[in-house]
Amino acid sequence: MMHQRTDRVMIFMIYFILSVSTFLMLYPFWNSIVIALNAGSDTAKGGVTFWPRAFTLQNFEVVFQDKRLMNGFVISVLRTVIGTLSSILLTSVFAYAMSKKQLLFRKYYMIMCIVTMYFSGGLIPSFLINRELGLMDNFWVMIVPSLISVWNMIIFRTFFLELPEGLEESARIDGCGNWGTFFKIVIPISGPVIATLSLFTAVGHWNDWFTASIYISNDRLLPIQTILQQVLSSNIMTEQLMQTNAAAQSHLSSMQNVTTKSLTMATMLVATIPILVVYPFLQKYFTKGVLIGSIKE
Amino acid sequence: MTKVKDSKSVNGGAGQSLGSRFMKQFDLQMMAIPALLLILVFSYFPMYGVLMAFQDYDIFGGFFQSPWVGFKHFQMFFESPEFWYVMRNTLVISGLRLLIGFPAPILLALMLNEVGHIGFKRIFQTISYLPHFLSWVIVSGLIMSMLATDNGSLNILLAKLGNIDEPINFLSIPEYFWAILISTGVWKEVGFSAIVYLAAIAGINPDIYEAAAIDGASRVKQIVYITIPGIASVIVIFMILDVGNILSAGFEDILLLAKNPILQEVSDVIDTYVYRVGIKSSRFSYATAVGLFKAVLSVGLLTIANAIARRMGRSLW
Repeated sequence: MMHQRTDRVMIFMIYFILSVSTFLMLYPFWNSIVIALNAGSDTAKGGVTFWPRAFTLQNFEVVFQDKRLMNGFVISVLRTVIGTLSSILLTSVFAYAMSKKQLLFRKYYMIMCIVTMYFSGGLIPSFLINRELGLMDNFWVMIVPSLISVWNMIIFRTFFLELPEGLEESARIDGCGNWGTFFKIVIPISGPVIATLSLFTAVGHWNDWFTASIYISNDRLLPIQTILQQVLSSNIMTEQLMQTNAAAQSHLSSMQNVTTKSLTMATMLVATIPILVVYPFLQKYFTKGVLIGSIKE
Repeated sequence: MTKVKDSKSVNGGAGQSLGSRFMKQFDLQMMAIPALLLILVFSYFPMYGVLMAFQDYDIFGGFFQSPWVGFKHFQMFFESPEFWYVMRNTLVISGLRLLIGFPAPILLALMLNEVGHIGFKRIFQTISYLPHFLSWVIVSGLIMSMLATDNGSLNILLAKLGNIDEPINFLSIPEYFWAILISTGVWKEVGFSAIVYLAAIAGINPDIYEAAAIDGASRVKQIVYITIPGIASVIVIFMILDVGNILSAGFEDILLLAKNPILQEVSDVIDTYVYRVGIKSSRFSYATAVGLFKAVLSVGLLTIANAIARRMGRSLW
């Protein structure tokens, strides 16, 4: 039974490698939590790894009292909610029309959509057009250009095409038009696909820092991810806090043990919380989503 | 009720004009037209705008009245000192991703498939999928913290092992950048990318394994002779797609990790170069030309990739 031994060695190796990988996956998160919960002045001495040496909640207090960061948090929530709702609504309505055989010019509309999946004008022409449209320093630059996702439209359309035709008949007999049928019959039975695509759209909105970084210079309109990116790249959080927020300034002078690094870590965790909240739902749906995607490819 | 009429008119309504048929389904058309207008403005206008690669774009002339200059900007790019290192970085980084980032999720899926302990498997998957859903800002922040000179865990570890006397500033040393970039990419995406391969493995007929086990094949042999051939077609498809995208070597990750200007000569790829000269330096026409150069090459590469895929029996589109 020679090969039983090689099998056992292999299984042992696999558990070993996966355990090490689990540690490597988890440690950066763990360490950032530890640093965020440790007094900044103490972290500066080095050697803070697995456990906070000087436990404190001050880092989080400063983050929550900083008006600029909290404003960024609110902007992120707003763009995520408005962006997701409007995009899912418009895209699903569009997909419903595209699922109807009697829609005139359907083939041409479809070609028009497919082309955008392979060709795009690229960064600079899009930038100039959005600028021409007055979207510079405008909240709506984070919403309007990405309202229609051709990819999501195709997934919605595939789902609508598979709905039994008899379902819609009853609404038609009651005198509902296309819009009425869509909202009264189709939307209520499309729960899973709406939930899946909404979650992915929402995560995309929450995580997008790039759009705001090139279009928005007004501090009050920046989402949290973009603020965080600026903080990370300049690494002068203390100065920024002092410039923008007198309250934080007085706080900082009274709390010498809050440092740039400890504040950055706390901010990063706060910006991650919403993702952690929806993560269990994401996990429930994304395997399906990925499979839909790979079948299309 | 109108619907019933509509479908009739499509099937047998040869006598009706297009206009009246259109007006009859006006409410249905109104579900599609706003979306099509958005696509027109935000996807097709920029496609037309690509023509500015052949112009000297200025704000006052806009897309329509800026002077035409032919291939001037393309020539400038080919003759620029940046051309060689930008192309080299793009190809090297993509190549490294193909070499290391591509097999990693396949290996992971093969390993996970051998894990009999359901709880262990589930915990591992839950943890390894998470980084995929975090923004690059957060991930780069975590990596920067790991590699930092003040309380960076890697430096702490190296110091404990006695390998270094003083902390190394990893993100300011060009020699380390590619390794950092590739490992960060693997760290973020390996778990999530493994899902497709796990699904492919799950699709293999279990009878084959049973028959092999009866014939006395070890697990190792079953992996080599059943599992890997069983998912080969999926591997090939993803490999071809990756080769087709070889000019997209990364964007957000490079922008966020290569903050130090010292790294520019090893970190600048076509996409980040377009961003830098276009958005940061406002050389709009020049940057568009560079972007167009990449787009044309990419379409060529994808067409070749698809031809290969078709020969192997599976077209990408």
